Amino acid sequence: MFKVKVIIKRRPSILDPQGKAVEKGAEHLGIKNINDTRIGKYIEFTVDTESKASAEKEVNEYCNKLLSNPIMEDYEFSLEPVPHSGSGREAK
Amino acid sequence: MKPRFGVVIFPGSNCDYDAYYSLRKILGFDVTFLWHKETDLKGCDAVILPGGFSYGDYLRTGAIARFSPIMNSVINFAKDGGYVMGICNGFQILLEAGLLPGVMLRNKSLKFICKDIYLSPVNRDTSFTREIEDDTIIKVPIAHGDGNYFADEETLRSLIDNNQVVFKYCSPDGIINEEFNANGSLMNIAGIINKEGNVLGMMPHPERCCDAVLGKTDGRLIFSSLANQIIRAKAVTTLAG
Repeated sequence: MFKVKVIIKRRPSILDPQGKAVEKGAEHLGIKNINDTRIGKYIEFTVDTESKASAEKEVNEYCNKLLSNPIMEDYEFSLEPVPHSGSGREAK
Repeated sequence: MKPRFGVVIFPGSNCDYDAYYSLRKILGFDVTFLWHKETDLKGCDAVILPGGFSYGDYLRTGAIARFSPIMNSVINFAKDGGYVMGICNGFQILLEAGLLPGVMLRNKSLKFICKDIYLSPVNRDTSFTREIEDDTIIKVPIAHGDGNYFADEETLRSLIDNNQVVFKYCSPDGIINEEFNANGSLMNIAGIINKEGNVLGMMPHPERCCDAVLGKTDGRLIFSSLANQIIRAKAVTTLAG
């Protein structure tokens, strides 16, 4: 089993009005040197497979078809083996 | 004959009854609801994906509704030439389903905008706009937080080349510029159609401006264009048969 952490970001060419608005907040706070604020999403979950390759395959499908929209977003993820929740066995 | 419309209900749809009311009580068409877990389109001539916040708009607007069982049937129906109209959240679902190109970003102002706006029907040669007379600007309400239409340059070029932009936000007398761009959409785009001409998506709500009691009736023009198109097409099929 693997613990997966996905980060979804707006593609660089896409305007991020939310990031811009938040950055205005920094200005109001008097924090002066903040630039290029971009807001994305962080998603975590586990994948219950034996091999890393099959975990990656499922994660890619999940990210491509549902978690992100490739027209406006890019994603990246990390995989980390974790013990099986039920059996307490180490994943391979 | 009466054209038969199907209005899909997703969990979180909230303009489903408005669409039903306008199509049935005001315009007198045959209308049936289609539950998102069903797969049977019940012989409808046209399917309406209504406005709302399907599945709470979690992840992205329309992202989860797009995988509802009914959507497989709607996608096949559209691919066979069936008429599909997505209004507001319905438009967002059509984009996520890939039936129309592009995406919706958050409104440029970051505000949820709920007001009447004016639309220039820049393409009147579609099954959805044929009854809008030349130079007529229509008044239709919008109510959305994510209506800022975006597409990459290539997609935008293809939309223009194929005359797929149907509605643009404009002034009451038809001036199309940034001042009257309701939400920051590229080129003031408020509605687009697919290349084949049978799938329309629009952010404004024509179903909210059909009943004269509400003070405006321009929405009728869009639904009656579609209904008459269906009637004509059926007459041709009957003659040919």
